[in-house]
Amino acid sequence: MTNNSVHSKSSHLKEPLIRVARREGTSKLAAFFIKLLAIVLSCVVCLGVIYILTGSTPDKVASAMGGELFGFGTRQMNNIMNAYSSSPLEGFFRGLLSSKPFWRTIRDAMIMLCVAIALTPAFKMRFWNTGGEGQILMGGLATATVMIFCADKLSPALLIIVMLLASIAAGLVWGLIPAIFKAKWNTNETLFTLMMNYIAIQLVLFFNIIWDTTGGAGYIGMINKETHAGWFPTDIAGGFLGTENYIIHLLTVIVLTVLVYIYLGYTKHGYEISVVGESENTARYAGISIKRVIIRTMCISGAICGLAGFLLVAGSTHTIAKDTSDNRGFTAIIVAWLSKFNPFMMIFYSFLIVFLSNGSKEIATRCGLNEAASDVLTGIVLFFIIASDFFINYRLVFRHKTAKEEK
Amino acid sequence: MEFIISILKAMFTPVFFSKAVSQGMPLLFGATGEIITEKAGHLNLGIPGIMYMGGIGGITGAFIYEMSVENPVGAVGVIIAVLSALLFSVVGGLIYSVLTISLHANQNVTGLALTTFGVGLGNFLGGSLSKLANSPGQINVKLTGDAFRTTLPFLKDLTSKGGFVGGFAQMFLSYGFLTYVAIIVALLAAYFLNKTRYGLALRAIGESPATADAAGINVTRYKYFATCIGAGIAGLGGLYYVMEYFGGTWQNNGFGDRGWLAIALVIFALWKPVRAIWGSIVFGGLYILFASVTLSTAMTEILNMLPYLVTLIVLIVSSFRKKREYQPPQSLGLSYFREDR
Repeated sequence: MTNNSVHSKSSHLKEPLIRVARREGTSKLAAFFIKLLAIVLSCVVCLGVIYILTGSTPDKVASAMGGELFGFGTRQMNNIMNAYSSSPLEGFFRGLLSSKPFWRTIRDAMIMLCVAIALTPAFKMRFWNTGGEGQILMGGLATATVMIFCADKLSPALLIIVMLLASIAAGLVWGLIPAIFKAKWNTNETLFTLMMNYIAIQLVLFFNIIWDTTGGAGYIGMINKETHAGWFPTDIAGGFLGTENYIIHLLTVIVLTVLVYIYLGYTKHGYEISVVGESENTARYAGISIKRVIIRTMCISGAICGLAGFLLVAGSTHTIAKDTSDNRGFTAIIVAWLSKFNPFMMIFYSFLIVFLSNGSKEIATRCGLNEAASDVLTGIVLFFIIASDFFINYRLVFRHKTAKEEK
Repeated sequence: MEFIISILKAMFTPVFFSKAVSQGMPLLFGATGEIITEKAGHLNLGIPGIMYMGGIGGITGAFIYEMSVENPVGAVGVIIAVLSALLFSVVGGLIYSVLTISLHANQNVTGLALTTFGVGLGNFLGGSLSKLANSPGQINVKLTGDAFRTTLPFLKDLTSKGGFVGGFAQMFLSYGFLTYVAIIVALLAAYFLNKTRYGLALRAIGESPATADAAGINVTRYKYFATCIGAGIAGLGGLYYVMEYFGGTWQNNGFGDRGWLAIALVIFALWKPVRAIWGSIVFGGLYILFASVTLSTAMTEILNMLPYLVTLIVLIVSSFRKKREYQPPQSLGLSYFREDR
């Protein structure tokens, strides 16, 4: 008895003021609200930063973002909304669907989602594919190559198919190389894939000089500028969806998201991936060939990244340059990780990131500030979201509270 | 064959060597900082961002000083630039530490977010600082930059002599003080990691934090110090670049992707600061090789792959040879939570 009290006294003295304990079974709703709170808080901080730097009040920021992201306030949109003044809701949707900024936002979010979807199978296997950037660029480079050399040899439909296959193959190879070394010799994949990015960038620079069309500036420039061969048509369903819609991006990536979701959740391959990710020893005991799973999964990951390069080159930039991928390979890592492999969360985060970066770029330009401000703001929001994970998985235990509990 | 000989001839000149050194030193700072961080078990992919933060921190400090004082003195500018570079980069390291050490966030994700933030902050302040301060033109702290570039006063006499003395002076004496700081810091880091109690404790944490914890080492405190000090050292690399290389001006994305090269250098050096010294000079040489070889511009881009290719080869070879001392710290990239033991 005395022993016990001495023990509890000494442990009480050493008990730190705040202790961290794991929290089990946080409900999805609670987790969602914690995330939401983090995002709201970070937006408040960002608005504060914007106000201090530029003096723009939140309503100005909102109107700038609304215009840039959705086309609110543009003349075209106002015209359409006025034409449907009898039913404002219909006017709103018709205006939105025919607005170019809205479709550009969709396009950027879809490409981000595509890369995040590509990285997810690898992450689920605990394979840190930091090489998305390189895999996208190689896919884009392959697409551009086909566009340059086969445009006049193939029929339009066949051309697109060859471009697609070439991009997938190129991305696949770029993902396969580090996977083989990881599987056979356990070479560190984070650093390997990271280095592969820069080799891909140099290759892109090399071909930009070889196929230079600008007369020495070192850019391939718009490919097939006159013929538009290999370009995605942007006026599908013309009048209804506007003259610059990205419905192909939307449909491709949504289908892909569903496929990957099914692949990971409801197939044997997907199950093997999660076993390898949870514990390699368990996988080995269960007779799963880890090498095969690693190589197969990275092929898929690289192939989808290559496809993202195809969407970028054929459907949006129509050229390939060093910055075509624009750090998407890295940003998508954050998107994939934050969403915890949940495809719906991934859609949400893709849009959030695109809103943030495109919107704050617009604010920065309007205030005459440097575009890089958008990276600063994105960084701040990411810090908040990353930190919020802690409050979902852990809880803080204060000293006096535990003392009470013991009584 | 003749081509290779021409490359070698271009490479083995004192001038090439000194250029390689001045390209390599920012990488050495970055790599030394990252080695200390990684030895504590934290793979900080935020180093490229932290180097930008250090660079812009230094230039901001010097800019404010030169703007606010009537007759600024170069030496004071240097001190202020170094201090503010350290301040900015340590703040970057602190953000990373709070998130990964205290809040157990994923290290890769946090590091990449920090790189986005840091590179953005550098380019943002670099482009907007003079506008925010209502001063005309580009941000420029030439006075401080020149002070950073100050070399030995009798250097010109020595290098003009030619021959052995001139070559020696060009190769080893022709730099501003930060170059020597880089090498001294790397040597000190090697001494610290291998010969001191604290260094051994730090390495123990990187290998197995649970074991270190059981041995009575304060894991959290060590991790915080290692990450923040590592970030401070890496930040000096950014400072080196803006001051010594650009002479006190900021160029957007001027530092390029070299932060990743610093992380590559850590692998190349197999987590040993002394190897990083000559490794950084090799990397610097590879990075500027194109300038001393007559090649088509396209082939130059292929040549610029070399630092990354060499790193890949080192990475692969070190994974073939299963020697223990060639491996990364065992718990690198894993977060440590005491209650999970």
